[in-house]
Amino acid sequence: MKIITDKSIPHTATLSLVQQKVIASLRHRQRKETWFRRLGYSAVLISLALVAILFANIFSKGLPAFWQSAITLDIYFDPQIIAISAKPERRADELTADYQQRFLAWQTEVGFINFNRLITDSLQKLVPDGTKHKRDLARLVTSGERFALRDMVVAEPSIIGQTRRLNLLTDANIDVWLKGNIDRSLPDEQQQLSANMRDWVDALAANGVIKNRFSLALFMNADSRSSLASAGLAGAFMGSFYMMLVVIFLAVPMAVGAAIYLEEFAPRNKLTDLVEVNINNLAAVPSIVFGLLGASVLIGWFNLPMSAPIVGGLVLSLMTLPTVIIATRSTLKAIPPSIRQAALGLGASKMQSIFHHVLPLAIPGILTGAILGVAQALGETAPLLLIGMKSFVASVPASPLEQASALPVQIYLWQGNELRNFFEARTSAAIIVLLMMMLSLNGVAIWLRRKYQRHW
Amino acid sequence: MPNSKLGSHYSQAYDAELHQAVVCLLQMATLAQQQLTDAMAAFTTANLTLAQQVKAFDRKVNTFEVEISEHCLLILARRQPAASDLRLVLSVLKAVNDIERIGDLAKRIAKVLLKEPDSNRPQPAQLGQLTLMGTKVLQMLSRALVAFERVDVSEALTVLRADSAIDADYAGITQQCLQDMRQNAEQITTSLQIMQVAKALERVGDHARNICEHTIFLRTSRNVAHLSDTELQQVVDEG
Amino acid sequence: MTNSAPIKISAKDVAVFYGNNQALHGISMDVYQNEVIAFIGPSGCGKSTFLRCMNRMNDTIEHCRVTGSILLDNQDIHQPELDVVQLRAQVGMVFQKPNPFPKSIYENIAYGPKLHGLAARKADLDDIVESSLRRAGLWNEVKDRLDQPGTGLSGGQQQRLCIARTIAVSPEVILMDEPCSALDPIATLIIEELIDELKQNFTIVMVTHNMQQAARISDRTAFFHLGNLIELGNTNDLFTNPKLKRTEDYITGRYG
Repeated sequence: MKIITDKSIPHTATLSLVQQKVIASLRHRQRKETWFRRLGYSAVLISLALVAILFANIFSKGLPAFWQSAITLDIYFDPQIIAISAKPERRADELTADYQQRFLAWQTEVGFINFNRLITDSLQKLVPDGTKHKRDLARLVTSGERFALRDMVVAEPSIIGQTRRLNLLTDANIDVWLKGNIDRSLPDEQQQLSANMRDWVDALAANGVIKNRFSLALFMNADSRSSLASAGLAGAFMGSFYMMLVVIFLAVPMAVGAAIYLEEFAPRNKLTDLVEVNINNLAAVPSIVFGLLGASVLIGWFNLPMSAPIVGGLVLSLMTLPTVIIATRSTLKAIPPSIRQAALGLGASKMQSIFHHVLPLAIPGILTGAILGVAQALGETAPLLLIGMKSFVASVPASPLEQASALPVQIYLWQGNELRNFFEARTSAAIIVLLMMMLSLNGVAIWLRRKYQRHW
Repeated sequence: MPNSKLGSHYSQAYDAELHQAVVCLLQMATLAQQQLTDAMAAFTTANLTLAQQVKAFDRKVNTFEVEISEHCLLILARRQPAASDLRLVLSVLKAVNDIERIGDLAKRIAKVLLKEPDSNRPQPAQLGQLTLMGTKVLQMLSRALVAFERVDVSEALTVLRADSAIDADYAGITQQCLQDMRQNAEQITTSLQIMQVAKALERVGDHARNICEHTIFLRTSRNVAHLSDTELQQVVDEG
Repeated sequence: MTNSAPIKISAKDVAVFYGNNQALHGISMDVYQNEVIAFIGPSGCGKSTFLRCMNRMNDTIEHCRVTGSILLDNQDIHQPELDVVQLRAQVGMVFQKPNPFPKSIYENIAYGPKLHGLAARKADLDDIVESSLRRAGLWNEVKDRLDQPGTGLSGGQQQRLCIARTIAVSPEVILMDEPCSALDPIATLIIEELIDELKQNFTIVMVTHNMQQAARISDRTAFFHLGNLIELGNTNDLFTNPKLKRTEDYITGRYG
């Protein structure tokens, strides 16, 4: 007697027929899969190639802009030219306001001095026939550099009467000429530089007086229109930085809080459904609409200053909010419910179970979402145009309430500058700086994620 | 399906396995009944060939026992039966034991004839009594098996009670034989033979009774081997 | 056999509704002290739901409504004065899938006692951790790596860690929701052996899909079907001679 066994082995005749069909379909399937794989490969290759082209283009254009022509001059701080009274010292019994008044008066006095003459005097020694073409001579060094000399005197009055060897930025057109970004064979009337200047510059470059030096101006200066060569990114960078601060300290905590509430505590009803739908819709609203909102509500009703990073930050916060909320919620959703149950089963309250167990697990995901949101905000241009951040700002903002530009807006502005030959490279350089900022943000995200994941 | 309790498992193979166990048990029982019938016929007609055949066929009964036991072992190991299924397997295992013993007893009756084939034949009256007892026992056995197959506890109880009649028959025959032996010394061998056969039949009756007890266990999960008649009735009524 | 023991939990007419769906229909039963009672039944029969009533885990599910009364030591567990935290410290729970916290083994055990302020000093906490792990039969396996993550243990060890975590808060009743369903047979046997030991100090209510397991370790077994308690009886009786045909059909694997 045997235990009755399963008789599910198919008949051999049908087996081979089935096998044939399977083999036939297999070939078809394999062909499809091969095609799909090739499609995938080519998609990846194409996108990699495009990224490579983009980067090659940006870097090849932008990297030269980090170096800029500068002329090395021995500047004699001539006491006859700089005829000013002594720098006021604060007296012990003096009120702050009084001292500042005296100091401002002194600064005004310094402001009347023609520092350009120091430069032209020094240049005359290098360019023998310079005296005949004083106007050309004065144009060799970019106009912003006289303020650099002035600032040196203000900072250190004892410099008067001394000679200093300084590297001064040349005019933007000289930089263009020396980098070969303008056709040297063009006729005179189409050249930006006069024939004299071209000769001088070539000679000075040949004997090393004019050299390509790393451009601190790009990083230290704000934008400039009068002295194009000294136009820098500092104003825009600080503007973006302040906006990031606002977004990080306003949008991220708010979004994470909202996400925790909505995901863990909120009862399911019409109201929360409405909130949810609106959050999802908010994520899909074109960013320029947020700019309109900022312009009409923040500036129009609340009278916040135009072009200020605080307004930009608020607008970007609003824009980032849904992104971070959605990312945080999906992270929270992904935490296995078994962990919550374990905590609840031990007698933890709902709050404790979330703060002791769920959030620590969710932190890497939340951080990633937050930083992606911040990075998105960092690259946003459209809403900033509407709240006045495209206006030209020639100073580095000292606080989020002062006027400022932002990196993407600066890129936009430089892209449109008339001196294309010079600003094409600067634009790319600004893009590189923006990219670096994004990459470092992403780096921070990866680092934080690693750090908190290793925690357990 | 001989037993209504067997079917409707989710596993049809399990149904079939339990079915198989019961079917084989009944086949074995049929064989044992045939053996007993043949043994009685051989004894009453002094048919030595038939007696030899009974002796030889006992192996078949034993083979059945081994196979059914193994089958039940596999069911226990592979299916881990519970409740009524478990009780069924246990009942089959026990009943197999009883039927195997019945086979042995048939063989023993055949051997009684084969041992001393030349002794005096019993009186027709004696044989008549014995045949009557044998018929009763066979009837009781087949009723017990039907009750087992149908898990019919009231029938099982009736059959179980019939065992006392068998016991009475046995007592009567023994009495008669002892008397015969005292009166006629030449009759001693014959009487002893009759007593041996009667004893075997009485034992078969006991085994039939056991099968009825298994039937009651199968339905009620109560072991009724050592209960009084009233207690038995109670158990059956409750079940 | 257990009927002489005092009643630990007494449920009267407990019904559970999920929204308009009634999941449990008037369940009444007593659970005796220091017994192991097993709930069996097909999926969705309400056995887990009833188990979760006993420490009010159903409270965490939205739209879930529980009616009837459940008394723990003659105290209604739904009375407003009783904080659910207090209840859950008394009635611990072990879940189907081993769910240690993604923290160290030590932290896993120490979490409950810390939560309820059971240990004043670090040394007390160390003692609780050690004794809990010992009682869960895990101490010798993990004593050298208490600082390693609990998630790094094997499935069976993780489940014993969860049991240790539960007994660390000294509950009186331990609810187990299919504690072995994710474990291999040997790990299952180890847990079963552990349950047998824990019985001396705790009352254990467990849900299991494995009928043999219920037969092996429980004193009494309750069979649930479609939200009703069909039969509750001594495990010995229920698995040899159930009173009702529905129970019989279920435990012998028949369709009714």
